[in-house]
Amino acid sequence: MSGSALWYLSRATGVVTVVLLTIVVGLGIVTAGRRRPAGESATIVMGLHRWLSLGMLVFLGIHIVTAILDGYVSISWLAVVVPFTSGYDTLLVGFGTLALDLLVVVMVTSYLRHRIPERQWRVVHWASYAMWLVALFHGFLMGTADQAGLRAVTLACAAIGGLMACWRVVATHSDKERRRTIDAQEWS
Amino acid sequence: MPSSSEAARIAVDRVLCTGHGVCAQTLPGAIVLDEWGYPVLRHEAVEPEAAALAVKLCPARALYLR
Repeated sequence: MSGSALWYLSRATGVVTVVLLTIVVGLGIVTAGRRRPAGESATIVMGLHRWLSLGMLVFLGIHIVTAILDGYVSISWLAVVVPFTSGYDTLLVGFGTLALDLLVVVMVTSYLRHRIPERQWRVVHWASYAMWLVALFHGFLMGTADQAGLRAVTLACAAIGGLMACWRVVATHSDKERRRTIDAQEWS
Repeated sequence: MPSSSEAARIAVDRVLCTGHGVCAQTLPGAIVLDEWGYPVLRHEAVEPEAAALAVKLCPARALYLR
């Protein structure tokens, strides 16, 4: 594969990864927001959250490997895991590395969740918000900087994820709504 | 309902449970939801594969095998 094909493949998979990451984070926010269970939605949301995060790894893997194999710019294999060591665009590649490191921590703790105290798992899982933001900065400032269309996709992801995070903050605990519904019922 | 030798026995940790309602879908028949959306166990003994998936999908990690 020629160098420029690799570069395009890397950018394309990068954009897909950001979109999938936003969806996975959004599904997680919906789950954490504890809506009143309605039909099958809670189960579908939970299943998608888990399996889309795995699917995302395929695109992320291609994104990283093609970015390095493309020899036009120099990004070392070390820069995949150690942030801010890339020869090319040290800061922005470093953001991507940081997001990957956070992703690894979040996913490993989720796979070992049954062995980790719930509170510690939760604290680590909150790092997902930081990971999502860092990944967006990496994508927005670097990969899509000269493409209006791709930049719009990143912006849309930022807007949707931001709105969902706001909803998570202001959403009332679903038990509160349940209490209201049950209060309104006729007592027999 | 599976016979007791091959069945898995499920239980709900009431403190951890936050009423997502996922288990009532992953284990239909064995678990129903009360009017608050919290699980009520109809049968403890369920098919092991279904039980394992249900335990895995519980967002609050409140469903467990015993």
